[in-house]
Amino acid sequence: MKTSDAGFEAQIAQWREFILERRGVTAADADELESHLRDQAADLQASGLSPDEAFLVAVKRLGAQDEISREFARAHSGRLWKQLVLAGTEAPARASDGARAPRTELWWVLALAFFAAASFKAPALFGLALFDDPEFYARNASFFFLPALAAYFVWKRHASGRTIAALAVAFAAGAALVNAYPHGSSSQTMILSALHLPIALWLVVGIAYVGGEWRSHPRRMDFIRFTGEWVIYMSLIAAGGGVLAGITVGAFGLFGVDTGVFIAEWLLPCGAMGATIVAAWLVEAKQGIIENLAPVLTKIFTPLVALLLVALVITIPLTWTGEPMDRDALIVVDLLLALVLGLVLFAISARDASDAPGFFDRLQFVLLVAALVVDAFVLAGILGRIGEFGFTANRVAALGENLILLVNLAWAAWLALGFLRRRRTVGATERWQTTYVPVYLAWAVAVVALFPPLFSFA
Amino acid sequence: MYGSSMYISKDLVAASASPMVLGILADGDSYGYAILARVRELSGGHIEWTDGLLYPLLHRLEEQGLVEATWGAAENGRKRKYYRITPRGRDSLAEHRRQWRTVNDALQETWGTVKEAAAWAARPAEGMAT
Repeated sequence: MKTSDAGFEAQIAQWREFILERRGVTAADADELESHLRDQAADLQASGLSPDEAFLVAVKRLGAQDEISREFARAHSGRLWKQLVLAGTEAPARASDGARAPRTELWWVLALAFFAAASFKAPALFGLALFDDPEFYARNASFFFLPALAAYFVWKRHASGRTIAALAVAFAAGAALVNAYPHGSSSQTMILSALHLPIALWLVVGIAYVGGEWRSHPRRMDFIRFTGEWVIYMSLIAAGGGVLAGITVGAFGLFGVDTGVFIAEWLLPCGAMGATIVAAWLVEAKQGIIENLAPVLTKIFTPLVALLLVALVITIPLTWTGEPMDRDALIVVDLLLALVLGLVLFAISARDASDAPGFFDRLQFVLLVAALVVDAFVLAGILGRIGEFGFTANRVAALGENLILLVNLAWAAWLALGFLRRRRTVGATERWQTTYVPVYLAWAVAVVALFPPLFSFA
Repeated sequence: MYGSSMYISKDLVAASASPMVLGILADGDSYGYAILARVRELSGGHIEWTDGLLYPLLHRLEEQGLVEATWGAAENGRKRKYYRITPRGRDSLAEHRRQWRTVNDALQETWGTVKEAAAWAARPAEGMAT
Protein backbone atom coordinates (compact mmCIF):
# COMPACT_ATOMS: atom_id res chain seq x y z
CA MET A 1 0.00 0.00 0.00
CA LYS A 2 1.38 3.34 -0.95
CA THR A 3 1.21 6.20 1.47
CA SER A 4 0.86 9.36 -0.52
CA ASP A 5 -0.78 11.62 2.02
CA ALA A 6 0.80 15.09 1.93
CA GLY A 7 0.76 15.39 5.71
CA PHE A 8 2.52 12.06 5.97
CA GLU A 9 5.20 13.17 3.51
CA ALA A 10 5.72 16.36 5.49
CA GLN A 11 6.11 14.37 8.70
CA ILE A 12 8.63 12.06 7.07
CA ALA A 13 10.58 15.03 5.73
CA GLN A 14 10.66 16.68 9.13
CA TRP A 15 11.73 13.48 10.86
CA ARG A 16 14.49 13.07 8.30
CA GLU A 17 15.69 16.62 8.83
CA PHE A 18 15.95 16.04 12.58
CA ILE A 19 17.86 12.78 12.33
CA LEU A 20 20.29 14.29 9.82
CA GLU A 21 21.22 16.99 12.30
CA ARG A 22 22.58 14.34 14.64
CA ARG A 23 26.24 13.58 14.73
CA GLY A 24 27.23 10.32 13.11
CA VAL A 25 24.15 9.99 10.91
CA THR A 26 24.79 10.33 7.19
CA ALA A 27 22.33 10.92 4.36
CA ALA A 28 22.63 7.23 3.42
CA ASP A 29 21.69 6.20 6.96
CA ALA A 30 18.70 8.52 6.83
CA ASP A 31 17.68 6.95 3.50
CA GLU A 32 17.81 3.52 5.03
CA LEU A 33 15.85 4.53 8.12
CA GLU A 34 13.32 6.40 6.01
CA SER A 35 12.81 3.31 3.86
CA HIS A 36 12.16 1.37 7.05
CA LEU A 37 9.69 3.96 8.32
CA ARG A 38 7.77 3.85 5.06
CA ASP A 39 7.61 0.04 5.02
CA GLN A 40 6.43 0.00 8.60
CA ALA A 41 3.87 2.75 8.06
CA ALA A 42 2.55 1.05 4.92
CA ASP A 43 2.02 -2.20 6.83
CA LEU A 44 0.31 -0.38 9.66
CA GLN A 45 -1.98 1.44 7.25
CA ALA A 46 -2.78 -1.85 5.58
CA SER A 47 -4.00 -3.06 8.95
CA GLY A 48 -6.35 -0.11 9.26
CA LEU A 49 -4.43 2.80 10.82
CA SER A 50 -4.69 6.30 9.42
CA PRO A 51 -1.49 7.73 7.86
CA ASP A 52 -0.97 9.94 10.93
CA GLU A 53 -1.33 7.07 13.36
CA ALA A 54 0.85 4.82 11.21
CA PHE A 55 3.58 7.44 11.19
CA LEU A 56 3.48 7.86 14.95
CA VAL A 57 3.61 4.14 15.65
CA ALA A 58 6.38 3.57 13.10
CA VAL A 59 8.49 6.36 14.61
CA LYS A 60 7.87 5.05 18.09
CA ARG A 61 9.00 1.56 17.09
CA LEU A 62 12.07 2.93 15.38
CA GLY A 63 13.21 4.31 18.73
CA ALA A 64 14.54 7.57 20.09
CA GLN A 65 16.66 9.53 17.63
CA ASP A 66 19.46 10.20 20.09
CA GLU A 67 19.73 6.52 20.89
CA ILE A 68 19.87 5.58 17.21
CA SER A 69 22.39 8.26 16.35
CA ARG A 70 24.54 7.25 19.32
CA GLU A 71 24.62 3.69 18.03
CA PHE A 72 25.44 4.88 14.53
CA ALA A 73 28.27 6.93 15.96
CA ARG A 74 29.54 3.89 17.85
CA ALA A 75 29.36 1.72 14.75
CA HIS A 76 31.29 4.33 12.76
CA SER A 77 33.47 6.07 15.31
CA GLY A 78 35.55 7.54 12.51
CA ARG A 79 32.60 9.56 11.30
CA LEU A 80 32.75 11.91 14.22
CA TRP A 81 36.23 12.86 13.10
CA LYS A 82 36.22 13.06 9.35
CA GLN A 83 32.95 14.61 8.38
CA LEU A 84 34.61 16.88 5.89
CA VAL A 85 34.21 15.18 2.54
CA LEU A 86 36.26 17.14 0.06
CA ALA A 87 34.80 17.33 -3.39
CA GLY A 88 32.31 14.85 -2.10
CA THR A 89 28.58 14.84 -2.09
CA GLU A 90 27.71 15.85 1.42
CA ALA A 91 29.18 19.27 2.00
CA PRO A 92 26.05 21.21 2.84
CA ALA A 93 25.68 23.95 0.29
CA ARG A 94 24.68 27.20 1.89
CA ALA A 95 22.00 29.09 0.12
CA SER A 96 24.34 32.00 -0.50
CA ASP A 97 26.82 29.74 -2.26
CA GLY A 98 24.47 29.22 -5.15
CA ALA A 99 25.29 25.49 -4.91
CA ARG A 100 28.29 25.02 -7.14
CA ALA A 101 29.01 21.43 -8.04
CA PRO A 102 31.83 20.17 -5.81
CA ARG A 103 33.67 18.45 -8.64
CA THR A 104 33.75 21.59 -10.76
CA GLU A 105 34.84 23.54 -7.74
CA LEU A 106 37.86 21.29 -7.24
CA TRP A 107 39.00 22.00 -10.79
CA TRP A 108 38.54 25.72 -10.30
CA VAL A 109 40.53 25.62 -7.10
CA LEU A 110 43.37 23.67 -8.70
CA ALA A 111 43.42 25.95 -11.74
CA LEU A 112 43.47 29.11 -9.62
CA ALA A 113 46.11 27.69 -7.28
CA PHE A 114 48.23 26.91 -10.31
CA PHE A 115 47.57 30.38 -11.69
CA ALA A 116 48.67 31.95 -8.39
CA ALA A 117 51.84 29.83 -8.33
CA ALA A 118 52.57 30.62 -11.97
CA SER A 119 52.01 34.34 -11.51
CA PHE A 120 54.77 34.34 -8.92
CA LYS A 121 57.18 32.95 -11.50
CA ALA A 122 55.90 35.14 -14.35
CA PRO A 123 58.18 38.15 -13.66
CA ALA A 124 61.18 35.81 -13.91
CA LEU A 125 60.21 35.16 -17.53
CA PHE A 126 60.96 38.84 -18.15
CA GLY A 127 64.28 38.60 -16.42
CA LEU A 128 63.15 39.76 -13.00
CA ALA A 129 64.00 36.88 -10.67
CA LEU A 130 63.26 36.94 -6.94
CA PHE A 131 66.82 37.60 -5.86
CA ASP A 132 67.51 40.22 -8.54
CA ASP A 133 64.89 42.62 -7.22
CA PRO A 134 63.40 41.55 -3.89
CA GLU A 135 61.78 44.98 -3.52
CA PHE A 136 59.72 44.44 -6.63
CA TYR A 137 58.46 41.18 -5.17
CA ALA A 138 57.79 42.78 -1.77
CA ARG A 139 55.78 45.63 -3.34
CA ASN A 140 53.81 43.28 -5.54
CA ALA A 141 53.34 40.36 -3.17
CA SER A 142 49.58 40.96 -3.11
CA PHE A 143 49.25 40.49 -6.84
CA PHE A 144 50.57 36.96 -6.83
CA PHE A 145 47.64 35.50 -4.93
CA LEU A 146 44.91 38.04 -4.16
CA PRO A 147 43.61 38.29 -7.76
CA ALA A 148 43.27 34.50 -7.88
CA LEU A 149 41.54 34.54 -4.50
CA ALA A 150 39.17 37.27 -5.67
CA ALA A 151 38.51 35.26 -8.85
CA TYR A 152 37.64 32.22 -6.76
CA PHE A 153 35.00 34.14 -4.83
CA VAL A 154 33.73 35.91 -7.94
CA TRP A 155 33.11 32.46 -9.41
CA LYS A 156 31.80 30.94 -6.20
CA ARG A 157 29.37 33.74 -5.39
CA HIS A 158 28.26 34.45 -8.97
CA ALA A 159 29.42 38.03 -8.49
CA SER A 160 27.74 40.69 -10.59
CA GLY A 161 29.44 42.56 -13.40
CA ARG A 162 29.59 45.67 -11.22
CA THR A 163 31.41 43.81 -8.47
CA ILE A 164 33.88 42.37 -10.95
CA ALA A 165 34.51 45.81 -12.41
CA ALA A 166 35.04 47.31 -8.94
CA LEU A 167 37.53 44.56 -8.07
CA ALA A 168 39.42 45.02 -11.32
CA VAL A 169 39.63 48.79 -10.79
CA ALA A 170 40.84 48.34 -7.20
CA PHE A 171 43.56 45.88 -8.18
CA ALA A 172 44.68 47.97 -11.14
CA ALA A 173 44.81 51.12 -9.01
CA GLY A 174 46.82 49.30 -6.35
CA ALA A 175 49.28 47.98 -8.91
CA ALA A 176 49.64 51.38 -10.53
CA LEU A 177 50.20 53.23 -7.25
CA VAL A 178 52.74 50.88 -5.79
CA ASN A 179 54.78 50.54 -8.98
CA ALA A 180 54.52 54.02 -10.48
CA TYR A 181 55.62 55.97 -7.41
CA PRO A 182 59.35 56.71 -7.50
CA HIS A 183 60.05 55.04 -4.16
CA GLY A 184 63.62 55.36 -2.94
CA SER A 185 65.37 52.05 -2.54
CA SER A 186 64.55 50.51 0.86
CA SER A 187 62.70 53.72 1.71
CA GLN A 188 60.23 53.79 4.58
CA THR A 189 57.37 54.65 2.25
CA MET A 190 58.18 51.66 0.04
CA ILE A 191 58.20 49.28 3.01
CA LEU A 192 55.01 50.81 4.40
CA SER A 193 53.34 50.40 1.01
CA ALA A 194 54.46 46.79 0.81
CA LEU A 195 52.94 46.20 4.26
CA HIS A 196 49.68 48.07 3.76
CA LEU A 197 48.75 47.19 0.19
CA PRO A 198 48.02 43.54 1.13
CA ILE A 199 45.73 44.77 3.94
CA ALA A 200 43.86 47.07 1.57
CA LEU A 201 43.55 44.43 -1.14
CA TRP A 202 42.59 41.73 1.35
CA LEU A 203 39.60 43.89 2.28
CA VAL A 204 38.92 44.32 -1.44
CA VAL A 205 38.89 40.52 -1.74
CA GLY A 206 36.33 40.74 1.06
CA ILE A 207 34.00 42.47 -1.39
CA ALA A 208 34.27 39.41 -3.62
CA TYR A 209 33.86 37.15 -0.59
CA VAL A 210 30.54 38.75 0.35
CA GLY A 211 29.43 38.61 -3.28
CA GLY A 212 29.25 42.37 -3.55
CA GLU A 213 27.03 42.75 -0.48
CA TRP A 214 29.64 44.79 1.35
CA ARG A 215 26.99 46.94 3.02
CA SER A 216 25.62 43.93 4.88
CA HIS A 217 27.01 43.75 8.42
CA PRO A 218 26.38 40.01 8.89
CA ARG A 219 28.26 39.33 5.67
CA ARG A 220 31.14 41.49 6.88
CA MET A 221 31.22 39.37 10.02
CA ASP A 222 31.37 36.29 7.80
CA PHE A 223 34.41 37.73 6.12
CA ILE A 224 36.04 38.34 9.51
CA ARG A 225 35.37 34.71 10.42
CA PHE A 226 36.75 33.63 7.08
CA THR A 227 39.89 35.67 7.65
CA GLY A 228 40.56 33.99 11.00
CA GLU A 229 40.07 30.49 9.65
CA TRP A 230 42.09 31.24 6.54
CA VAL A 231 45.06 32.41 8.61
CA ILE A 232 44.88 29.22 10.68
CA TYR A 233 44.70 27.00 7.62
CA MET A 234 47.59 28.88 6.04
CA SER A 235 49.75 28.30 9.09
CA LEU A 236 48.86 24.60 9.13
CA ILE A 237 49.72 24.28 5.45
CA ALA A 238 52.92 26.26 6.03
CA ALA A 239 53.93 23.87 8.80
CA GLY A 240 53.30 20.93 6.49
CA GLY A 241 55.19 22.66 3.68
CA GLY A 242 58.16 23.20 5.99
CA VAL A 243 58.28 19.50 6.79
CA LEU A 244 57.99 18.65 3.09
CA ALA A 245 60.84 21.04 2.21
CA GLY A 246 63.06 19.62 4.98
CA ILE A 247 62.47 16.05 3.89
CA THR A 248 63.08 16.97 0.24
CA VAL A 249 66.44 18.50 1.10
CA GLY A 250 67.37 15.52 3.26
CA ALA A 251 66.25 12.81 0.86
CA PHE A 252 67.90 14.30 -2.24
CA GLY A 253 70.95 15.16 -0.13
CA LEU A 254 71.43 11.43 0.42
CA PHE A 255 72.13 11.10 -3.28
CA GLY A 256 74.24 14.18 -3.55
CA VAL A 257 71.58 16.38 -5.19
CA ASP A 258 71.34 19.91 -3.82
CA THR A 259 67.69 20.98 -3.84
CA GLY A 260 68.20 24.27 -1.97
CA VAL A 261 67.65 26.52 -4.98
CA PHE A 262 64.65 24.54 -6.17
CA ILE A 263 63.07 24.84 -2.76
CA ALA A 264 63.82 28.52 -2.27
CA GLU A 265 62.79 29.60 -5.77
CA TRP A 266 60.06 27.14 -6.66
CA LEU A 267 58.68 24.89 -3.95
CA LEU A 268 58.23 27.43 -1.13
CA PRO A 269 57.02 30.50 -3.06
CA CYS A 270 54.84 28.62 -5.54
CA GLY A 271 53.56 26.36 -2.79
CA ALA A 272 52.70 29.36 -0.62
CA MET A 273 50.82 31.09 -3.45
CA GLY A 274 48.88 27.95 -4.31
CA ALA A 275 48.18 27.34 -0.63
CA THR A 276 46.37 30.67 -0.31
CA ILE A 277 43.66 29.40 -2.68
CA VAL A 278 43.55 25.91 -1.23
CA ALA A 279 43.21 27.35 2.29
CA ALA A 280 40.29 29.53 1.16
CA TRP A 281 38.64 26.51 -0.42
CA LEU A 282 39.11 24.46 2.75
CA VAL A 283 37.56 27.18 4.88
CA GLU A 284 34.61 27.34 2.50
CA ALA A 285 34.20 23.56 2.41
CA LYS A 286 34.36 23.03 6.13
CA GLN A 287 32.29 25.96 7.33
CA GLY A 288 29.30 24.60 9.14
CA ILE A 289 30.75 21.10 9.31
CA ILE A 290 33.64 21.51 11.68
CA GLU A 291 33.81 23.85 14.60
CA ASN A 292 35.72 26.96 13.65
CA LEU A 293 39.18 27.10 15.09
CA ALA A 294 39.73 30.83 15.56
CA PRO A 295 37.11 31.11 18.34
CA VAL A 296 38.62 28.06 20.04
CA LEU A 297 42.07 29.64 20.03
CA THR A 298 40.46 32.85 21.26
CA LYS A 299 38.97 31.03 24.21
CA ILE A 300 42.37 29.62 25.08
CA PHE A 301 44.34 32.84 24.69
CA THR A 302 41.95 35.46 26.04
CA PRO A 303 42.59 34.49 29.69
CA LEU A 304 46.34 34.25 29.06
CA VAL A 305 46.57 37.62 27.32
CA ALA A 306 44.35 39.18 29.99
CA LEU A 307 46.73 37.83 32.64
CA LEU A 308 49.74 39.17 30.74
CA LEU A 309 48.18 42.61 30.38
CA VAL A 310 47.13 42.83 34.01
CA ALA A 311 50.65 41.86 35.03
CA LEU A 312 51.96 44.56 32.70
CA VAL A 313 49.63 47.18 34.16
CA ILE A 314 50.87 46.28 37.64
CA THR A 315 54.49 46.40 36.51
CA ILE A 316 54.35 49.79 34.81
CA PRO A 317 53.89 52.00 37.92
CA LEU A 318 56.67 50.05 39.65
CA THR A 319 59.17 50.75 36.90
CA TRP A 320 57.81 54.05 35.59
CA THR A 321 60.51 56.70 35.58
CA GLY A 322 58.86 59.24 33.34
CA GLU A 323 61.80 58.82 31.00
CA PRO A 324 60.83 58.98 27.33
CA MET A 325 60.39 55.55 25.87
CA ASP A 326 62.10 53.90 22.99
CA ARG A 327 60.59 54.59 19.57
CA ASP A 328 59.91 50.92 18.96
CA ALA A 329 57.58 50.90 21.95
CA LEU A 330 54.81 52.23 19.72
CA ILE A 331 55.14 49.33 17.30
CA VAL A 332 55.13 46.81 20.14
CA VAL A 333 52.00 48.33 21.65
CA ASP A 334 50.36 48.48 18.20
CA LEU A 335 50.88 44.76 17.83
CA LEU A 336 49.52 44.24 21.31
CA LEU A 337 46.38 46.21 20.52
CA ALA A 338 45.97 44.34 17.24
CA LEU A 339 46.17 41.08 19.17
CA VAL A 340 43.52 42.29 21.61
CA LEU A 341 41.35 43.39 18.71
CA GLY A 342 41.72 39.92 17.17
CA LEU A 343 40.67 38.29 20.44
CA VAL A 344 37.62 40.57 20.67
CA LEU A 345 36.67 39.94 17.04
CA PHE A 346 36.87 36.18 17.14
CA ALA A 347 35.18 35.99 20.50
CA ILE A 348 32.12 37.82 19.17
CA SER A 349 32.30 35.95 15.86
CA ALA A 350 31.32 32.74 17.62
CA ARG A 351 29.12 34.19 20.33
CA ASP A 352 25.47 33.40 20.60
CA ALA A 353 23.78 36.77 20.83
CA SER A 354 21.11 35.45 23.17
CA ASP A 355 23.51 34.35 25.93
CA ALA A 356 23.63 36.43 29.09
CA PRO A 357 26.94 38.02 30.05
CA GLY A 358 29.23 35.44 31.64
CA PHE A 359 32.70 35.01 33.04
CA PHE A 360 34.28 35.20 29.61
CA ASP A 361 32.66 38.56 28.90
CA ARG A 362 34.02 39.97 32.15
CA LEU A 363 37.44 38.61 31.24
CA GLN A 364 37.22 40.32 27.89
CA PHE A 365 36.34 43.60 29.54
CA VAL A 366 39.39 43.28 31.80
CA LEU A 367 41.46 42.54 28.71
CA LEU A 368 40.20 45.67 26.95
CA VAL A 369 40.69 47.98 29.92
CA ALA A 370 44.19 46.65 30.61
CA ALA A 371 45.15 47.10 26.96
CA LEU A 372 43.89 50.69 27.02
CA VAL A 373 45.84 51.45 30.20
CA VAL A 374 49.05 50.04 28.71
CA ASP A 375 48.47 52.06 25.56
CA ALA A 376 47.92 55.23 27.57
CA PHE A 377 51.26 54.78 29.32
CA VAL A 378 53.11 54.11 26.10
CA LEU A 379 51.52 57.09 24.37
CA ALA A 380 52.45 59.28 27.34
CA GLY A 381 55.98 57.96 27.14
CA ILE A 382 56.42 58.58 23.47
CA LEU A 383 54.36 61.59 22.47
CA GLY A 384 56.83 64.02 23.97
CA ARG A 385 59.55 62.64 21.78
CA ILE A 386 57.69 62.48 18.51
CA GLY A 387 58.16 66.18 17.89
CA GLU A 388 61.77 65.95 18.90
CA PHE A 389 62.49 63.18 16.36
CA GLY A 390 60.36 64.69 13.63
CA PHE A 391 57.49 63.08 11.80
CA THR A 392 58.85 60.36 9.56
CA ALA A 393 56.56 58.09 7.58
CA ASN A 394 57.15 55.18 9.94
CA ARG A 395 56.29 57.18 13.04
CA VAL A 396 53.15 58.69 11.60
CA ALA A 397 52.05 55.25 10.42
CA ALA A 398 52.66 53.71 13.83
CA LEU A 399 50.88 56.60 15.55
CA GLY A 400 47.95 56.49 13.14
CA GLU A 401 47.53 52.76 13.63
CA ASN A 402 47.65 53.25 17.37
CA LEU A 403 44.94 55.86 17.14
CA ILE A 404 42.73 53.63 15.00
CA LEU A 405 43.07 50.69 17.35
CA LEU A 406 42.68 52.91 20.41
CA VAL A 407 39.39 54.36 19.18
CA ASN A 408 38.12 50.92 18.29
CA LEU A 409 39.04 49.31 21.59
CA ALA A 410 37.95 52.24 23.74
CA TRP A 411 34.47 52.16 22.23
CA ALA A 412 34.48 48.34 22.34
CA ALA A 413 35.28 48.55 26.07
CA TRP A 414 32.43 51.01 26.57
CA LEU A 415 30.04 48.68 24.72
CA ALA A 416 31.34 45.70 26.70
CA LEU A 417 30.64 47.57 29.93
CA GLY A 418 27.12 48.29 28.72
CA PHE A 419 26.70 44.63 27.92
CA LEU A 420 27.94 43.52 31.35
CA ARG A 421 25.47 45.91 32.95
CA ARG A 422 22.79 44.51 30.66
CA ARG A 423 22.14 47.86 29.06
CA ARG A 424 23.28 46.63 25.64
CA THR A 425 23.33 43.41 23.67
CA VAL A 426 26.41 41.73 22.29
CA GLY A 427 25.00 42.66 18.89
CA ALA A 428 26.07 46.25 19.52
CA THR A 429 29.70 45.14 19.84
CA GLU A 430 29.45 43.09 16.68
CA ARG A 431 27.87 45.98 14.83
CA TRP A 432 30.61 48.34 15.99
CA GLN A 433 33.32 46.01 14.75
CA THR A 434 31.72 45.45 11.36
CA THR A 435 31.07 49.18 11.02
CA TYR A 436 34.72 49.83 11.69
CA VAL A 437 36.08 47.61 8.90
CA PRO A 438 36.08 50.38 6.25
CA VAL A 439 38.33 52.44 8.55
CA TYR A 440 41.09 49.86 8.11
CA LEU A 441 40.61 49.99 4.38
CA ALA A 442 40.71 53.79 4.31
CA TRP A 443 43.84 53.88 6.44
CA ALA A 444 45.66 51.24 4.39
CA VAL A 445 44.75 53.06 1.19
CA ALA A 446 45.95 56.34 2.70
CA VAL A 447 49.30 54.81 3.63
CA VAL A 448 49.76 53.37 0.14
CA ALA A 449 48.44 56.33 -1.83
CA LEU A 450 49.13 59.44 0.27
CA PHE A 451 52.15 58.69 2.42
CA PRO A 452 54.73 58.40 -0.38
CA PRO A 453 54.11 61.88 -1.82
CA LEU A 454 53.60 63.39 1.67
CA PHE A 455 56.96 62.10 2.83
CA SER A 456 58.66 62.67 -0.52
CA PHE A 457 59.19 58.95 -1.13
CA ALA A 458 61.73 58.76 1.66
CA MET B 1 20.64 -2.14 24.60
CA TYR B 2 18.56 -3.58 21.81
CA GLY B 3 15.20 -2.40 22.80
CA SER B 4 12.66 -3.41 25.30
CA SER B 5 10.77 -6.59 25.70
CA MET B 6 8.81 -7.67 28.67
CA TYR B 7 10.15 -11.17 28.27
CA ILE B 8 13.84 -11.17 27.54
CA SER B 9 16.54 -9.19 29.27
CA LYS B 10 18.34 -6.50 27.30
CA ASP B 11 21.69 -8.21 27.74
CA LEU B 12 20.42 -11.42 26.27
CA VAL B 13 18.81 -9.61 23.35
CA ALA B 14 22.04 -7.75 22.72
CA ALA B 15 24.15 -10.89 22.87
CA SER B 16 21.90 -12.78 20.48
CA ALA B 17 21.41 -9.94 18.01
CA SER B 18 24.44 -10.56 15.79
CA PRO B 19 23.99 -14.35 15.46
CA MET B 20 20.29 -13.85 14.83
CA VAL B 21 20.87 -11.36 12.02
CA LEU B 22 23.63 -13.49 10.51
CA GLY B 23 21.39 -16.54 10.74
CA ILE B 24 18.53 -14.78 8.97
CA LEU B 25 20.86 -13.53 6.24
CA ALA B 26 22.31 -17.03 5.84
CA ASP B 27 18.83 -18.03 4.66
CA GLY B 28 18.88 -15.39 1.95
CA ASP B 29 19.54 -11.70 1.26
CA SER B 30 17.28 -9.31 3.06
CA TYR B 31 16.77 -5.73 4.21
CA GLY B 32 16.24 -4.14 7.58
CA TYR B 33 12.48 -4.11 7.80
CA ALA B 34 12.18 -7.71 6.61
CA ILE B 35 14.91 -8.85 9.02
CA LEU B 36 12.97 -7.35 11.93
CA ALA B 37 9.76 -8.99 10.76
CA ARG B 38 11.59 -12.30 10.57
CA VAL B 39 13.01 -11.88 14.10
CA ARG B 40 9.51 -11.28 15.41
CA GLU B 41 8.21 -14.28 13.55
CA LEU B 42 11.03 -16.61 14.66
CA SER B 43 10.69 -15.64 18.31
CA GLY B 44 6.93 -15.80 18.29
CA GLY B 45 6.83 -12.10 19.00
CA HIS B 46 8.82 -12.39 22.21
CA ILE B 47 11.96 -10.71 20.96
CA GLU B 48 11.20 -7.06 20.26
CA TRP B 49 14.05 -4.91 19.10
CA THR B 50 14.02 -1.17 18.97
CA ASP B 51 13.79 -1.07 15.19
CA GLY B 52 16.24 1.78 14.64
CA LEU B 53 19.03 -0.01 16.45
CA LEU B 54 19.11 -2.84 13.91
CA TYR B 55 20.74 -0.51 11.39
CA PRO B 56 23.81 0.46 13.38
CA LEU B 57 24.23 -3.26 14.09
CA LEU B 58 24.03 -4.08 10.37
CA HIS B 59 26.59 -1.38 9.68
CA ARG B 60 28.91 -2.77 12.31
CA LEU B 61 28.63 -6.23 10.75
CA GLU B 62 29.33 -4.64 7.38
CA GLU B 63 32.40 -2.89 8.73
CA GLN B 64 33.64 -6.21 10.13
CA GLY B 65 33.20 -7.74 6.68
CA LEU B 66 30.55 -10.23 7.86
CA VAL B 67 27.85 -8.84 5.60
CA GLU B 68 27.90 -6.69 2.49
CA ALA B 69 25.33 -4.13 1.46
CA THR B 70 23.99 -2.95 -1.87
CA TRP B 71 21.40 -0.35 -2.70
CA GLY B 72 18.53 -1.76 -4.70
CA ALA B 73 15.00 -0.77 -5.54
CA ALA B 74 11.97 -1.77 -3.50
CA GLU B 75 8.68 -2.85 -5.10
CA ASN B 76 7.38 0.70 -4.71
CA GLY B 77 10.37 2.09 -6.61
CA ARG B 78 12.08 3.67 -3.62
CA LYS B 79 15.65 2.71 -2.91
CA ARG B 80 16.34 0.12 -0.30
CA LYS B 81 19.53 -1.26 1.17
CA TYR B 82 19.92 -5.04 0.89
CA TYR B 83 22.33 -7.07 2.97
CA ARG B 84 24.04 -10.32 2.04
CA ILE B 85 26.14 -12.56 4.28
CA THR B 86 29.79 -13.01 3.27
CA PRO B 87 31.88 -16.18 3.61
CA ARG B 88 33.48 -14.60 6.66
CA GLY B 89 30.00 -13.97 7.98
CA ARG B 90 29.19 -17.64 7.59
CA ASP B 91 32.35 -18.54 9.52
CA SER B 92 31.36 -16.11 12.23
CA LEU B 93 27.86 -17.58 12.33
CA ALA B 94 29.30 -21.10 12.76
CA GLU B 95 31.44 -19.84 15.61
CA HIS B 96 28.43 -18.14 17.25
CA ARG B 97 26.43 -21.32 16.88
CA ARG B 98 29.20 -23.36 18.54
CA GLN B 99 29.37 -20.94 21.45
CA TRP B 100 25.62 -20.75 21.94
CA ARG B 101 25.32 -24.53 21.82
CA THR B 102 28.01 -24.84 24.50
CA VAL B 103 26.26 -22.27 26.68
CA ASN B 104 22.90 -23.91 26.07
CA ASP B 105 24.23 -27.42 26.89
CA ALA B 106 25.86 -26.14 30.06
CA LEU B 107 22.64 -24.43 31.12
CA GLN B 108 20.64 -27.57 30.46
CA GLU B 109 23.06 -29.55 32.61
CA THR B 110 22.81 -27.00 35.41
CA TRP B 111 19.05 -26.92 35.37
CA GLY B 112 18.90 -30.72 35.32
CA THR B 113 20.54 -30.78 38.77
CA VAL B 114 18.34 -28.14 40.33
CA LYS B 115 15.68 -29.59 42.58
CA GLU B 116 12.97 -27.16 41.66
CA ALA B 117 13.55 -27.83 38.00
CA ALA B 118 10.29 -29.65 37.78
CA ALA B 119 8.45 -26.81 39.43
CA TRP B 120 10.03 -24.30 37.05
CA ALA B 121 9.28 -26.41 34.06
CA ALA B 122 5.65 -26.54 35.08
CA ARG B 123 5.40 -22.75 34.82
CA PRO B 124 4.61 -21.29 31.44
CA ALA B 125 8.20 -20.80 30.32
CA GLU B 126 7.38 -17.96 27.98
CA GLY B 127 10.29 -16.13 26.54
CA MET B 128 13.03 -18.14 28.22
CA ALA B 129 15.76 -18.83 25.73
CA THR B 130 15.45 -22.40 24.67
